[in-house]
Amino acid sequence: MFANPGIEKKEEESMIKLEVNGKQYELNVDGDVPLLWIIRDHLNLTGTKFGCGIGTCGSCTVHIDGKAEQSCQMPVGSVQGKKILTIEGLPEDHPVKMAWVARQVPQCGYCQPGQMMQAAALLKKNPHPTDAAINEAMDGNLCRCGTYPRIKSAIRLASAGGKK
Amino acid sequence: MKTYLTRRQFLKMTGTGLAIAVATTSTGIRLLSAAEMAKEGPSFRPSAWLEVRPDGTIIATVSKSEMGQGVYTSLPMIVADELDADWKKVRIAVAPAGDAYKDPVWRSQSTGGSSSIRHMYDALRKAGAAAREMLVTAAANAWKVPASECAYELGVVRHAKSGKSLTYGNLTADAASLEVPQNPVLKKETQFRYIGKDIPRLDMDDKVSGKAKFGLDSAVPNMLYAAIARPPAYGAEASSYQKEAAERTAGVKTVAQIPSGIGVCAETLAAAWKGRDALKPVWTKGSDPQLNTVSLEKEFLSRLDQKGIVARNDGDAPGAIDQAERKFEAVFQLPFLAHATMEPMNCTVDARPDGCEIWAPTQNQTGVLGAAIKITGFKPEQVTVHTTYLGGGFGRRFERDFVEEALLLSRAAGRPVKLVWTREEDIRNDFYRPMNATRIRAALDASGRVTAWSQTIVCPSIFARVFPQNMKNGIDSAAVEGVENMEYAIPNLKVEYVRYDTPAPVGFWRSVGSSHNAFTVESFIDELAHAAKKDPLEFRLAMLKDHPRARTVLELAAEKAGWGKPLPDGRTRGIAYHYSFGSYAAEVAEVSVDKKSGGIIVHRVTCAVDCGPVVNPAIVKDQIMSGVMMGISTALKEKIELAAGGIQSANFGDYEILRMSEAPEVDVHIVKSRAELGGIGEPGVPPVIPAIGNAVFAATGARIRQLPMKPALVLAAMKRG
Repeated sequence: MFANPGIEKKEEESMIKLEVNGKQYELNVDGDVPLLWIIRDHLNLTGTKFGCGIGTCGSCTVHIDGKAEQSCQMPVGSVQGKKILTIEGLPEDHPVKMAWVARQVPQCGYCQPGQMMQAAALLKKNPHPTDAAINEAMDGNLCRCGTYPRIKSAIRLASAGGKK
Repeated sequence: MKTYLTRRQFLKMTGTGLAIAVATTSTGIRLLSAAEMAKEGPSFRPSAWLEVRPDGTIIATVSKSEMGQGVYTSLPMIVADELDADWKKVRIAVAPAGDAYKDPVWRSQSTGGSSSIRHMYDALRKAGAAAREMLVTAAANAWKVPASECAYELGVVRHAKSGKSLTYGNLTADAASLEVPQNPVLKKETQFRYIGKDIPRLDMDDKVSGKAKFGLDSAVPNMLYAAIARPPAYGAEASSYQKEAAERTAGVKTVAQIPSGIGVCAETLAAAWKGRDALKPVWTKGSDPQLNTVSLEKEFLSRLDQKGIVARNDGDAPGAIDQAERKFEAVFQLPFLAHATMEPMNCTVDARPDGCEIWAPTQNQTGVLGAAIKITGFKPEQVTVHTTYLGGGFGRRFERDFVEEALLLSRAAGRPVKLVWTREEDIRNDFYRPMNATRIRAALDASGRVTAWSQTIVCPSIFARVFPQNMKNGIDSAAVEGVENMEYAIPNLKVEYVRYDTPAPVGFWRSVGSSHNAFTVESFIDELAHAAKKDPLEFRLAMLKDHPRARTVLELAAEKAGWGKPLPDGRTRGIAYHYSFGSYAAEVAEVSVDKKSGGIIVHRVTCAVDCGPVVNPAIVKDQIMSGVMMGISTALKEKIELAAGGIQSANFGDYEILRMSEAPEVDVHIVKSRAELGGIGEPGVPPVIPAIGNAVFAATGARIRQLPMKPALVLAAMKRG
């Protein structure tokens, strides 16, 4: 199978290596395809959502090396070698998850994985954000049900270590 | 968390568990056990199901769609309360589509009109109470004691004298053989265990873990992904397209023309989109290539002088206005609105030769089933509909266009197909909240009382397309709701409807006609209050003497908002109330207006709602808050733009919805009420829109009579004064 170095090289180029939620994946996919669709349709991690496809709604937010990014804007080829975390990889006892339950945040729930990933990244960077910092970090995550006040309340709760 | 229960499974449970079906008959609700169901044959139409399993698990089958409004929690609460079940043992089953699950009031399986609790409350209570009585009787029989000596509590029946007890699970087999009591004794309000309490949502774990399966998360083995190229203008058709180029695209399996466009089915979504790009269709110009927002606005305004169909006529409003000394007039213009559910339209269909299976985020199972039968020619029993979680509904998912497309494409491809709409397709192919224009003329007497009100609304018809049988005398009840049933005591009142259908289709959008009529009525009432030099709250209360529920919500919202009390510099309040879907809501908006930019900030909204008895107060508050947010979004931001014969708005960049930094704090206060049950999904939307406008007037002295209240519009209104 190594007789034709040209083909071998091509195959190597088309294999994408990903690390998602601590697991290693090798996928034969086009490197231009947005990470969102690879996560959803190839890895069957459907918690990450499609909302707008142009980076204006935040439904597809995941962590890449700890930073919140919109996976619909991220070609899968560009995130090789980076640590990707999706909602499925957020631990059960993560303060954000617990605060979301305590504040009963979701309604339809569709945008919430993106909201939670955005909030988790914010709290990692800034454990005690002001209201202004919360607004700034969360303003790219749309919620049509209008759960914003409960999202804010849950972030404050998580920030206070669940003691509010 | 979810299981599915078919009629066949239900019948199989005879002898193993206790199952109660609620049948809707011409004489009312009838309760049936599995044994009785088997005898009745397939013609009976049970609509709600309750199952007690031998292990004590309670399965409440929910026939309504969960789109955020909390029915997967509130409906099981009703059954569990009457049953006196242990909430920890309550699970839900999502009903498949079928006659058995039709709403007892509508006789259709669908979710809308803020009606889920209203329509299901009695049936579910009866089902729970009947099952509980049967379990108690079974225990009494086993112990050979009178049933009156047995008490029930949290899934256990006890006999105090002997100290004996049995769990519901233990009793299911004996209970299942008993006759179902048709008039079980319902609990008294004081006995309620769950109803009236903030019970946490049953869908919470699914929704914080990413496990919740929405329509877009459906997956079927061997499935293709479908994308559709759609005409950019209404009435446009493809005069040519590069079918072969699309078919040659790697991964593309099928290219098929369907009524709404050209479908491309491929092994991956990326391939389907590439194939669609390769189609390069040439579209005809469409039915009205000149159509745009400005041309449409003129069309609407020009029809305000037409004689409309009279929807209400008390006294002689035009005559009284003619003769009045103090008369007022205002014209309002409101735009088309998109639903913009966060989950774009989608549907997964496996159409096989012998039947088909549909996974749909739908508010309308009866409609989906009907569409499948019509397209495939299958019998109802050959069609299975799985209702997924809905990533928002707001009325959009009452339509079945996306289901029809997926059915056609799965048949064309001969494989299961997941149809995915992009956001652009979703915004441009909606059934919009109708654009409309309204003129109100009114007269005040010397003491500042409203003596006459004459209102004309020019508005497309929703019902003419969706439920033509509901059109009465040419009137679309949605177009005039909230106006023709206005509660203000005005001796001369006339409401006219001018139907004007445009190429853009219209549909149910959260709170429907009330989403625009509350704005026009409550803005103009406010204008009249100021003209009469009266406090806007007092002015309203004086005209609502015969409507105590209206007065109560207005007074409560005002009190909680600190109406009349001083505010920080630059802040003002506006108030409005509206009755819709059986509920009263009053809302006070506290705003500030940047006089230089015209920008509006909504700082706080205080709401009072009377929706009758409350099942889950936390969910009621969440729903009202949610409605308020959607109302603010439309008040400040949303407008569908048309250009070149089609919809120009495309995505969240040019169809903006409310963001977190623009969302105020919202306080919701529930009136303790024994009135009839009212809805909660929609009534929160209407009042906040005029409340904001009225607060902006208080801040600037300018009346905003167009939506959305974008800064430029506010500035222009301020200049007019």
